[in-house]
Amino acid sequence: MIAWNRKDLVALEDLTPAEINHILDTAAAFKQVGTRDIKKVPSLRGQTLVNFFVEASTRTRTSFELAAVRLSADVVNISVSTSSLTKGETLKDTALNLQALHSDIIVLRHSSAGAAKFLAERLEASVINAGDGSHEHPTQALLDTFTIREKLGRVAGLHVAIIGDILFSRVARSNIHALLKLGARVTLVGPSTLVPREFERMGVAVTHRIDDVLEEVDVVNLLRIQHERQRQEYFPSLGEYTALFGLTKERAARLKPNALIMHPGPINRGVEIDSDIADSGRSVILDQVTNGLAVRMAVLYLCAGARGK
Amino acid sequence: MPKQQNPTPPPPGAVLVLDAPAIDRILRRIAHEIIEGNPDLDRLSLVGIPSRGVEIARRIAAHISQIAGRPIEAGAIDVSMHRDDLHIRQRLSVIELSHLPENLDERTIVLVDDVLYSGRTCRAAMDALASFGRPARIQYAVLIDRGHRELPIRADYVGKNIPTAPGERVFVRLEATDRQPDSVWISKP
Amino acid sequence: MITTLLRNGRVIDPANQRDEIADVLLVDGRIADPATAHGKKFEEIDCTGLVVAPGLIDIHVHFREPGQSAKETIGSGAKAAAAGGFTSVVCMPNTSPAIDSASVVGWVKDKARAEACVNVFPTGAITKGIAGEELAPIGAMFKAGIVALTDDGRCVQNHELMRRALEYARMFDLPIMDHCQDYNLVGKGVMHEGPTSAALGLEGWPSVGEEIIVQRNAQLAELTGTPVHCQHLSAAGSVRILRRVRARGIPITGEVCPHHIALTDESVRAFDTNYKMNPPLRTAHDVDALLEGIADGTVTILASDHAPHCAFEKEVEFDMAPFGILGLETELGLFLDILIHKKKVIDLPRLIELYTLNPARLLKLDRGTLSVGAPADVTLINPGLEWTVDKETSFSRSRNTPFHGWELKGRAVRTIVAGKTVWAV
Repeated sequence: MIAWNRKDLVALEDLTPAEINHILDTAAAFKQVGTRDIKKVPSLRGQTLVNFFVEASTRTRTSFELAAVRLSADVVNISVSTSSLTKGETLKDTALNLQALHSDIIVLRHSSAGAAKFLAERLEASVINAGDGSHEHPTQALLDTFTIREKLGRVAGLHVAIIGDILFSRVARSNIHALLKLGARVTLVGPSTLVPREFERMGVAVTHRIDDVLEEVDVVNLLRIQHERQRQEYFPSLGEYTALFGLTKERAARLKPNALIMHPGPINRGVEIDSDIADSGRSVILDQVTNGLAVRMAVLYLCAGARGK
Repeated sequence: MPKQQNPTPPPPGAVLVLDAPAIDRILRRIAHEIIEGNPDLDRLSLVGIPSRGVEIARRIAAHISQIAGRPIEAGAIDVSMHRDDLHIRQRLSVIELSHLPENLDERTIVLVDDVLYSGRTCRAAMDALASFGRPARIQYAVLIDRGHRELPIRADYVGKNIPTAPGERVFVRLEATDRQPDSVWISKP
Repeated sequence: MITTLLRNGRVIDPANQRDEIADVLLVDGRIADPATAHGKKFEEIDCTGLVVAPGLIDIHVHFREPGQSAKETIGSGAKAAAAGGFTSVVCMPNTSPAIDSASVVGWVKDKARAEACVNVFPTGAITKGIAGEELAPIGAMFKAGIVALTDDGRCVQNHELMRRALEYARMFDLPIMDHCQDYNLVGKGVMHEGPTSAALGLEGWPSVGEEIIVQRNAQLAELTGTPVHCQHLSAAGSVRILRRVRARGIPITGEVCPHHIALTDESVRAFDTNYKMNPPLRTAHDVDALLEGIADGTVTILASDHAPHCAFEKEVEFDMAPFGILGLETELGLFLDILIHKKKVIDLPRLIELYTLNPARLLKLDRGTLSVGAPADVTLINPGLEWTVDKETSFSRSRNTPFHGWELKGRAVRTIVAGKTVWAV
């Protein structure tokens, strides 16, 4: 029997390799539920899950909502803008209110790093981090790792390139922790302004030339690149980004034949990835979405179960 | 393959109820009873409840195959996500993959477990099966029936009835799952 | 007439280069010649084993009044100062309203006279509302009694404006104290920019954001001749710049706060907002550079940047929490523990100089010495006393300290202001 004693999932940095594998194994069993006639199990019957999103996100929220529904939990969605939160009650007060309403699980998306930890330390309810600022997005990295394991049969020994805006990416950070703990090699690729050398201290390689790694890697994980006002000083234009770091047809052709192409979505076709490549057989972008559901079911099941004791 | 359990021997003072040859005789007898009860073996599948039920189902299926001269499927059904006691369990059981026939409809499924006690595991297994499809019939085979039902459930095939007091514990040990000789023990509280 | 004899202590008075076992006589709020004690009636305090130092001065505290008395009042802040061994404090003008006019300066002085058990010296804002745009009425505030100018908490970004402020301040012989932070480089940074901020996904506050303003200040101090004091230095590069420009005789000084040598950015990993301050905690390399700066005389002043905040203000997401921690009651203990006992960076007379003579000189206060005739502000220190920090016993109205539970060696045991004991352990 493998011990899972965490009521919360806050950061993959905190987990042991055995705990990560336990989630992935459990997710494999839950993935089967999606293939059944009746895609619903009673594990969380009577429990209330609150999707508490202080930052907009349709896909992650929907995935958690569907996962909860398949586990027979009742789901409430709360979306607030950060500005209204800061004007009115503090995060602490809002959370205590949710607890006073006997919520069992709170899935938190928040623009501040550390917000999930902050809630987890103060609430009896399970707190699942659905992204805290640029810090971590554990379930995204778990579903990425699950997909790699499913498609390539293993994680240990593989070489994974994460490409894009690493500095502001919680997906990148959680992936780095998960992949390193499971024995993969990780190379970060992107503009020097968005992939500073400081990341090497986490145990990964850093390069600013995508062409250096294409032929070596087993997986390319492309992050969504944004060029909003606050990013303009980091790189000059989306066009220049695509020229330097986009996965074009020519670049995709240089990948190993069985290399996986991943993207946490939503994709910018023609920016970080060529549109045809995104739709090609090597792209596992939609498998990631499917697996996200199984991984989130596993996480909800395990954390709710640990809280029962 | 079922996962290996920790090789924990029964506690000192436990009394041996069945040894390996006795267990084998019982499983062979159950195989005969299943054949008698199911003339149409084409539509019969055994499904074990993890982890020892899976091994027992595999062995009964082997006996049936040998006796009837034709292969019989033995699968597995995970019940842990169908349990209704997530909130009170001390330890979460590991969720196992289910292995079931492609199409459950029109088939007879024999659920197989090591010990029948409260009946709640069987109930969870039937719920789980129902979410995969609609078997024509579900039957239930157990190695040991120790009594103390909490639900209106009975087994169609029973290896051995062992009347027990509530505090007593029954230990089943199998070579394949426990790395110990096949045996059944009972211990006083 | 109150007369007190401090008997048989180790008298350390850097202004007079004294370090000897002696008696100190306090008569009517002034230091007197102990030889004149003969035949008089006096209270006697046995100081055997204790250091008798000039009353310590903290030139960097936030007493939050007017306007933010839930965090601290001048009265509660003064009690915390006394409990930390400080007889004088210099309070920053980033209150609400800001101390940017003669009337607010007068209000602070009146409040201090009524409530404070230690000497409270106000500073005035460089710019109106600390907005960094127009000069505050510096002459009027000087007349009302400020001891320095500063926009602390903020930093004048416009170099031209800073230059004019320095030129103008020279008329009144007022030094300018600067919180060194380039807003463009620092952006929304909440912790030191480095591997830890990269790992945590928190926005970085790079060292260069401080260093570039230290360099700016050196250039402008040289140009204008007005002394600039760089507050709460945190980065190795700042110390390097300061060392170089001071060697050229530029009138620039620097101060170091205890948290910047006691902690590093690694502490932020738990997202505890009691480790969030501005400038931020930096690396072990920066700590070493600050210690070297203290050792070689580049850094000449120690201070706390005592910054009280209410619990509810600090108990929020890390990037939304206000910067700053308490300091007055822990700073002497931390500096004694680290600089004297653990790392042996400087000796006791030097440490006392950094807390007395040097700040008094910078601000032209008639304090920081035990010379006969000086105000009878005295701090008695037991440099070997071991104690544990307990935030619940703090005199501050706030509790925001990361040092709760720390075991320290050395602390003040009695604080005497104008001949009267205002606090004793």
